Amino acid sequence: MWHFILKRLLTIIPMALIVVTVTWGLIRLAPGNFYSGEKKLPPAIEKNIRAKYGLDQPWYVQYGKVIGRIVRLDFGDSLKYEGQSVNTIIKRHLPYSATIGILAYLFAVVVGLSAGIIAALKQNSGFDYGSMALSMLGLSVPSFVMGPILVLVFSLWLFILPPARFTGLSSLVLPVFTLGAIYAAYIARMTRAGMLEILRSDYIRTARAKGLSEKTVLLKHALRGGIIPVVSFTGPALASLLAGTVVVERVFAIPGLGNMFVQSVFNRDEPLILGVVAFLSIMLMVFNLIVDISYGFLDPRIRYE
Amino acid sequence: MSDNKEFVKGTSLWKDAWRRLLKNKLAVFGLVVMIVMTILVVFGPFLLLKILGVDATSVPDNQDLLKAIPPNAKHWMGTDDLGRDLFARVIQGGRISLMVGVISTFVSLVVGVSYGAIAGYVGGRVDNFMMRLVDIFYSIPYILLVIVLLEVFKGENTPSIITAVSELFGGSGPLNQIFLLFFALGLVSWLTMARVVRGQVLSLKNQEFVMAAKATGVSSFGIIFRHLVPNTLGPVIVYATLTIPSVMLSEAFLSYLGMGVQAPYASWGSLAAEGIKNIAIFPWQLIFPGVTMALTLFSLNFLGDGLRDALDPQTRKF
Repeated sequence: MWHFILKRLLTIIPMALIVVTVTWGLIRLAPGNFYSGEKKLPPAIEKNIRAKYGLDQPWYVQYGKVIGRIVRLDFGDSLKYEGQSVNTIIKRHLPYSATIGILAYLFAVVVGLSAGIIAALKQNSGFDYGSMALSMLGLSVPSFVMGPILVLVFSLWLFILPPARFTGLSSLVLPVFTLGAIYAAYIARMTRAGMLEILRSDYIRTARAKGLSEKTVLLKHALRGGIIPVVSFTGPALASLLAGTVVVERVFAIPGLGNMFVQSVFNRDEPLILGVVAFLSIMLMVFNLIVDISYGFLDPRIRYE
Repeated sequence: MSDNKEFVKGTSLWKDAWRRLLKNKLAVFGLVVMIVMTILVVFGPFLLLKILGVDATSVPDNQDLLKAIPPNAKHWMGTDDLGRDLFARVIQGGRISLMVGVISTFVSLVVGVSYGAIAGYVGGRVDNFMMRLVDIFYSIPYILLVIVLLEVFKGENTPSIITAVSELFGGSGPLNQIFLLFFALGLVSWLTMARVVRGQVLSLKNQEFVMAAKATGVSSFGIIFRHLVPNTLGPVIVYATLTIPSVMLSEAFLSYLGMGVQAPYASWGSLAAEGIKNIAIFPWQLIFPGVTMALTLFSLNFLGDGLRDALDPQTRKF
C-alpha cells in the first residue's frame, strides 16, 4: 500500500513536467507573441524585448531555463501583470475559485447522491423518471445560459439574491448552484446506474438472505459499491472545480483562477499559463491518487500490490 | 440461404437494437426532435420564413431607435438589437451549430478510432506510450489547444482539406475560419473515443477471426481497419452520439468567450452570448437561442443514452 502510494507520488513529477513541456511547445508553436499587440513595435524595441526575455537564444536554452525554474516551483513573473509573480497571482485568485468550487461540489454530492439513490431504489417510478429527466436537463443547459437566466429571475425580477460579485453568503447561492447543477446531474445519473448494477449483484442477495435489515443492506453494502463510479468522477471534477470555471466567474464577476487562466491564454502570458497548467495537472494527479486509494476502502475486492 | 428463408427469420443485432430503441420513449422523443430540428434548419430559410415574410438580414425601415421588438405574430422570437428577426437568426445559427456537431464529431471519430485501434492492436510499449500521451492531453486544458490550433492554421495556413470541406458546403474565405473551428474542436475531443476503441480492440484482437485473418496473410492495416474497427461499431456509435452534444457545448462556450463563430455568421452559442448583454431589457434574445440549444442537446443526450441501452445493454453507465 505505502509502496503503491510512494510510487504514484513519484510518477507525478515527471508527468507534470511532460504536461508543462507539451504546453510550452504549444505556446511556442502558435505564431505571435505576448508583445505583439495591435500596434507593431519598431524593430529596435522588439530586439530589446527579445533580448530581455531571452527569446533570442536557441530554443533548448530557453526550454532549459523554463524547466529549471519550474522544478524549483518558481514560475517567474507574469508578462502582463507588471511586477507580480505567478505564485502571487495563483495565491490571490485560487481562494475565490476554491470556495465556490468546494461548495458546488458539496452541493452536487448531496443532491446527486440522494437523487441517484432514491431513483435507483424506486426504479421506473415517477421520481425516477422525473429526476433523471431533470438531470438530463441539467446536462443540456449550458451554464452561460443557466447563470444569466437565474440572475434574471432571482435578482432582476424577484430581487432576492445579488446578481454578481463576491460579497457574502447570499452572493454565493447563484454561482454555487449554477456550477454545481451540472455535476449534481452527472452524479445523480452515475449513482443511479451504479446502484442498479450493485443491487442486482450476488453479494446483495447474500446480505438479504442473511436476514440483514434493508437499511444495513443499502447503506453498508450497496452504497459502498454503488458510489465507486461517483468516486472516480470526483478526482477530475474536484480538480477542475478548484481551478474555477470561466463561465461562472464571468457571469457572476468573481475574480477566480479560471478566468485568469483564459485571460493569460489570450495574453500569451507564458509564465502564468505554465504555472496554472502545472498547478492544475498536479492537483488532478493528486486527486486521482486519493481516489485510487479510497477504492481499497470502499470495495474490499480491490487490492494494490 | 434462400432455402432456409421460410424456417427462421433471424433478427440481426441492428434490428434488435432498433426495436429496443423504439421502446424507449425518451429516445424516440429525442429522435423526433432531432429530425424536426434538422428539417427546420435545412429547409426553414426557404419555406417557413417565406411564409412568415421574414429573413435573417432584413432590418425594419421604421425610424424607431429601439429596433428590438418582443415576440409577436410575425416575429415569433422577437428581433435583435438591429431589428433582425430572431427566429430567422436562430434557424441560420442552427445550421452552424448542427454542422459543428456533425463535422467535429466526424473528425474526432476518425482520429480517435484510428488512434485507439492502432494502440490496442499493436500493444506493448507502443500502446503504453500512446495511452500515456492521451493521459497527458487530458491534463492540458482543451481551450489552450483550440486557441493554438486556430492561431497556427489561420488564414493562408488553413490546410487544403479544411477549405475543400468548406467549399463543399458553399463556403469561402470567412466561412473557412468557421470550418477551421469545427476541425479544431474535433481534434481536441477524440481522447475518450480512443480509450473506448482501444479497450474494445484489446478484447477482440485475440479472437479466432483475427487469427484467421493473420493466417491468411492480411496486413496489420487490413486487420485493424477491415476486421477490428467494424466490430467496435456499437460503442463507437454510442460515443459519437454523446460527442455531438459535447462539441456543440464547447463551440457555444468558445463563442461565449468570443473565440468561436464570428459575425456575420451566428451559432446558437454566439446568439445566446449576444443575448446575455441585453438580458435585463430584452430577455428573449437570450431565452430563445438558449432554449433551442438546450432542447437540441437534451434530445441528443437522450438519443445517445437510448442508443447505448439499445446497442450494448451490458454497459449501463450514468
